[in-house]
Amino acid sequence: MFPIILLLLPVVSALVLLALPSSISKKVAMGGSILSLFAVLFTLNTLRIDAASANLVFNKIWLSSLGSNLSFSIDGITMVLLLLTNILLPLIILSTFNREINKPKAYFTMMLLMQSALLGVFMATDGLVFYIFWELALIPIYFICLFWGGEGRQRITFKFFIYTLLGSLFMLVALIILYQHTLNHSFAINDLYAAGKSMTMEQQAWVFWFFFLAFAIKMPVFPFHTWQPDTYTNAPTQGTMLLSGIMLKMGTYGLIRWLLPMVPAAVSAYSNTVIILSVISVVYASCIAIVQTNFKRLIAYSSIAHVGLICAGIFSYKAEGIQGALVQMFAHGINVVGLFFVCDVIQRNAGTDTISNLGGIRTVNQRFAFWFLIIMLGSIALPLTNSFVGEFLLLNGIYQYNAWYAAIGGLSVILGAVYMLRSYQSMMLGNTSSNTLTFASLKKSETLFFSVIVIIIMVCGVYPKLILDIAALDVLKMIVH
Amino acid sequence: MEQYIPLIPLLPLIGFVVLGLAGNSISKTLAAIIGCASIGISFVLSLLVFNAQLHTEDAVTISLFNWIEAGSFKVELAFLVDHLTSAFLLVITGVGFLIHLYSVGYMHADEAHNRFFTYLNLFIFFMLLLVMGNNYLVMFIGWEGVGLCSYLLIGFWHKVNEYNKAANKAFIMNRIGDLGLLLGILMLFSQFGTLNFVEIKANLTGIETNNYTIVVATLLLFVGAMGKSAQIPLHTWLPDAMAGPTPVSALIHAATMVTAGIYMVVRSNFLYSLAPITLEFIAVVGLVTALVAATIAMFQNDIKKVLAYSTLSQLGYMFLAIGVGAYSTGVFHVITHAFFKALLFLCAGSVIHAMSGEQNLLKMGGLRKKIPLTFITFLIGVLAISGFPFTSGFFSKDEILVNVYAHNKLYFYLASAGAVITAFYMLRLLMLTFFGTFRGTKEQEHHLHESPSSMTIPLVILAVLSVAGGLIQVPHIYGGKPYFAEFLNSVAPAVESAEFSLATLEWILLGATSVILFAVYFLTKKFYAENKFEGIYTGIKNILAHNYYFDEIYNTLITKPLNAISTIFYKVFDKMLLDGTVNGVGKVVNWSGGKLRYLQTGYTGFYMFAMVLSLVVFLIIGLYNLI
Repeated sequence: MFPIILLLLPVVSALVLLALPSSISKKVAMGGSILSLFAVLFTLNTLRIDAASANLVFNKIWLSSLGSNLSFSIDGITMVLLLLTNILLPLIILSTFNREINKPKAYFTMMLLMQSALLGVFMATDGLVFYIFWELALIPIYFICLFWGGEGRQRITFKFFIYTLLGSLFMLVALIILYQHTLNHSFAINDLYAAGKSMTMEQQAWVFWFFFLAFAIKMPVFPFHTWQPDTYTNAPTQGTMLLSGIMLKMGTYGLIRWLLPMVPAAVSAYSNTVIILSVISVVYASCIAIVQTNFKRLIAYSSIAHVGLICAGIFSYKAEGIQGALVQMFAHGINVVGLFFVCDVIQRNAGTDTISNLGGIRTVNQRFAFWFLIIMLGSIALPLTNSFVGEFLLLNGIYQYNAWYAAIGGLSVILGAVYMLRSYQSMMLGNTSSNTLTFASLKKSETLFFSVIVIIIMVCGVYPKLILDIAALDVLKMIVH
Repeated sequence: MEQYIPLIPLLPLIGFVVLGLAGNSISKTLAAIIGCASIGISFVLSLLVFNAQLHTEDAVTISLFNWIEAGSFKVELAFLVDHLTSAFLLVITGVGFLIHLYSVGYMHADEAHNRFFTYLNLFIFFMLLLVMGNNYLVMFIGWEGVGLCSYLLIGFWHKVNEYNKAANKAFIMNRIGDLGLLLGILMLFSQFGTLNFVEIKANLTGIETNNYTIVVATLLLFVGAMGKSAQIPLHTWLPDAMAGPTPVSALIHAATMVTAGIYMVVRSNFLYSLAPITLEFIAVVGLVTALVAATIAMFQNDIKKVLAYSTLSQLGYMFLAIGVGAYSTGVFHVITHAFFKALLFLCAGSVIHAMSGEQNLLKMGGLRKKIPLTFITFLIGVLAISGFPFTSGFFSKDEILVNVYAHNKLYFYLASAGAVITAFYMLRLLMLTFFGTFRGTKEQEHHLHESPSSMTIPLVILAVLSVAGGLIQVPHIYGGKPYFAEFLNSVAPAVESAEFSLATLEWILLGATSVILFAVYFLTKKFYAENKFEGIYTGIKNILAHNYYFDEIYNTLITKPLNAISTIFYKVFDKMLLDGTVNGVGKVVNWSGGKLRYLQTGYTGFYMFAMVLSLVVFLIIGLYNLI
C-alpha cells in the first residue's frame, strides 16, 4: 500500500495547489512535500520492523496481454533513494522562499509531478513501468528548464532533452530484448533477471551497453556529460537541485537495480572498461573544475567527478562499494543541493556567480561563510561529514577490485580540495569587492535551509549507520546472488 | 579511571561547541575561561590516566559505537589508551593548556578573540582523537581534523589573501600526504581485514621481514606522515603556515600536530619493524630534511621563519631516530621539542608583541634589556635546542646521535654536522634579536614592553620544562635511568637492542657539544651582535635563503602544468571535441531531416510508388534468401 500512497501524495498536493490561489502555492507545495516526508519516514519505520511486510509492495494487473503489471516495491536500496527524494523536496521548495517565482502554480506543480515520477522510478519493479516513469520524470524538468531557465535556455534544454531521450531509447531496446527472452513474456523484474542470465554473452553485451548508455548519460559519466554543465548552469536553481540532487541518482540507482543483477556475465566482462571510464571521469572533471570561472559550473563539474567515483564503486561489485555508493548518493544529494543554494544566495546578493568578481563575503556575512564552509567540507569528504563515509567505502570497494584504480580515483581527495578551497578563498575571503560589499544577512528561510543541510551532513558523518543500515541486508543479498 | 577517558577529548569538544554557538555574544573573559578550563580539566584527567598507566602494562580500550559498517568492513569509534597514548595526552593537554593561557594575553586585543579559542579547542579535540583512536580510521578523523584546524588558524586573519593562500597550501599539501595514508589504510584492511591496531599486531605472526605488502603499506602510511610532519618534499607548507597567530605556530606547527607523523609511525611500529627497507627510507628522509632545513634556517631574516625551518629540521631528527629503530628516542625528542620549541615560539610571540607586530630580525636588536624575562626564557630555549649539556635537548639529541651512530656512521657524522648548524642558527637568532642595539623605528622603541603575566607565566613554566624535561631519560653514565624508554617498551620496543655500551661516545658528545657551543657563541656574537649584519645574501646563500627554490620549482613542475592540462581538458577536449561531436551529430540529424522532409511530399501517387518499389525490393530480398 505504501508505494501507491507515496506516488500519489505529490500528485494530490499538486491538484490541491492548482485549485487554490497562486499566492499560497508555495505554502501548499511545502505542506504537501512535508506530508510526503512523513509518509516516507513512516514507510522506513515499517521497513525496519518488517522488511517482508505486504504493505511495502503494490501489484495490480495492468496490461496483462503485454505481461506488464503496475508493480512497485520498497526494499532497503530503494528506501535510501526515497528518503533522499522526500528530504530534498521540502528543502528545494524552501529554497524558493523569499524569492519571486514566475507562475508559481505551474512551477510547483511541475516540481511535485517530478517528485512523483522520481519515486516511481525508484520503486518500479516492472520493466515497462520503470521505463514509463523514467520518461515521465523528464517532462516536468524539461518544462522547468525551458520556462524558468536563464539565457539561451531553448537551445540548451532542447539538447539536454534530446540527449537523455536518446539514452532512454537505448534502454527501451534493452528492455525489449530482455522481454523477448522471458519464458512467459513478462516485464516483471525477476523474470527479466532470469531472462538476462539465460542469454548468451553476446546478447548480454548488447543489453549491458544499451542500459549503460541510458544510465551513463543520466548520471552523467565521461564522455556522455557535455549536456550537463550547460543545463545545470542554465536551469533555475530548483531545477538544478532536482537534476543534480535526485535525477542523476536515477542513473546510479539504475545501475544497481537494473544493470548489475540483469546481465552478470556482461557485467564481469565489461566492469573493467566502465570503471576506467568512471575513474577518467573523476580526474578529468576534477581538473576541469579547477579552471572554472563560474561557481555554478564548477559545482557542475565537481558533480561529474563525484558521480564518477560512485559509478566505479558500483561496478567494483563489492558490498563495500555498493553500500558506499548508496551512502554517497545520499550525501552527494544533500551536499550538492546545499552548494547550489550557496550559489543562489551569492547570485542573489552579489548579482554574479563569477568567482573572480566576488571576495570578502566572510567579512560581511560571517554566518553564511560558516554554512558554506561546512558544506564545502562535506563536499571534500572530511571525516565526520557525510561524504567521507561514502567516499571511503567507495575507494575501499574499488581498491579491492584494483588498487591502481583506487589510487587514481583517490586523486579526487587532492583535486577536490584544490578547486573547493581555491574558490572558497576567492569568493569568501580576502577583501570585499564592490559586488559583495552590500551582501545582506541571511533570511530566516535561508538559515533554516542551511541548518537542515548542515545537520544532515554532520549526523550522517558521525553516525552513518542511519543510512548504512537501511540497505545493508539488501545489498548483501544482491552480492550473494 | 577508565570512565573518565572519554571526557578527555569530550571536554574540548564541548568547549568548541559552546564557544562556537556563543560567538561574540559572550565576553572575551568568559570565552577565555571556557577555552582554558576545558583543556585544563582534560590535562588533570590526562595526569590521572597517565598515573594509572604507570602502574600497569595493560592498555585500556573503550568502545563508543560502531562507526562504519558495510559488508565485511567494520570500524568502531573506540579509544585505546596505553603508554604511548598517555604520554602524548600529557604533552597535548599540558602544552596545549599553557598555550591557551598564553593566548589569553596574546589575542586579547583581537576582535576575533572568541573565534580563536573556538578553533583552538576544536584543534585539541581532534588532536586527542588522533592519539586516542584504537584503529587507523579514527586516527584518520583526528588526522584530517587537525589539518582542518590548521587551515582555519593559518588563515585566521582572513582578510589578507597571502595568509589564505598559505592556508590553502597547507591543506592541499597535507591532502597529498593523506591520500597516501588513505591508500595505506585500504591496503592494510585488504591484507588484515581489520584496521584495529591491536588486531593487526596480533595477525602479524608468520609474516616475514620485508614482506612486499608490509613494505608498500608502511611506505604509503609514511607518505601521510611526510605531509603532516612536513618532511621533504612535502615540507613547503610549514614555513608559510607561520602566517597564523604565533600561539598557533607554537601549538600546532611545532609542539603537537606536526608530530602526528611520528606518533603514527611509532603507533605502527609493529609494521615498521617488519619493514627495514621503509625504516631506512625514513631515516634518509629525516636526515635530509634535518640538514636541508637547518641550512635554510641559517639565512632567514624573519624570527618565525627561523623557528619554522628549525622545526622542520628537528622533525627530521625525530624521523631519523625512528628510522634507525629507536622509537622511544623519537618520542622522547617529540616531548623535549614540544617544551623548548613551544617556548621559543611563545617567546617569539612575546617579542613580536613587544615590537608591535614586527617580525623582521633586521629591525630588532638589543631587546635583552627591554624585555628581560622574555630574553632569559628565550635563552633557555636556545640552549635546550642547541643541546647545551644537561638541558632536555641535550639528552634527547645525544640519544638520537648515539642510536644513529650504532646504525650507520655516515648518518651520524651528517646528523652531528646538522646539530652544529642548529646551534649556529639559534645563536644567530638570539644575537640578532637580543644583542647589539635596537634597529627598529622610534615608535616601535617607544612601545617596547614586557608581556602581561598570562603570557610570561607559560614562558617560565616551559623554560623549567625545557631544562628539566630531559630527566625522564638520563643515560647511565650520568647516573640516571632511561625511565621513558622502559615506559614505552611495552608499546614500541626498539628494533635493535638499545643497550649501548657507548659510554665513550656519550662523553665525547658531552665534551664536543660544550666546546662547539662556546665556539659558535663567539662566532655568532662577532657577526650578528654588532649591527654589522645587513641581511642581504648572494650566490649559494641566496639559494638557501629562498628555501632552495622549492616553491618556484613546484610551481613550474606541478601547479602550472596542472592548470595548463586542465585548461586543455576544458577548452579542447570538452568544448571542442566532445561537445563539438554532440552538436555535430545534432546538426547532421537536423540537416538530413531537412533533406528527408522532401520525401513527405503529400502526393498520394508518390506514396503509392514508394510502396510498390519497397514491395519489389523486399520480394527480391525474400527470393534471394529462399534460394
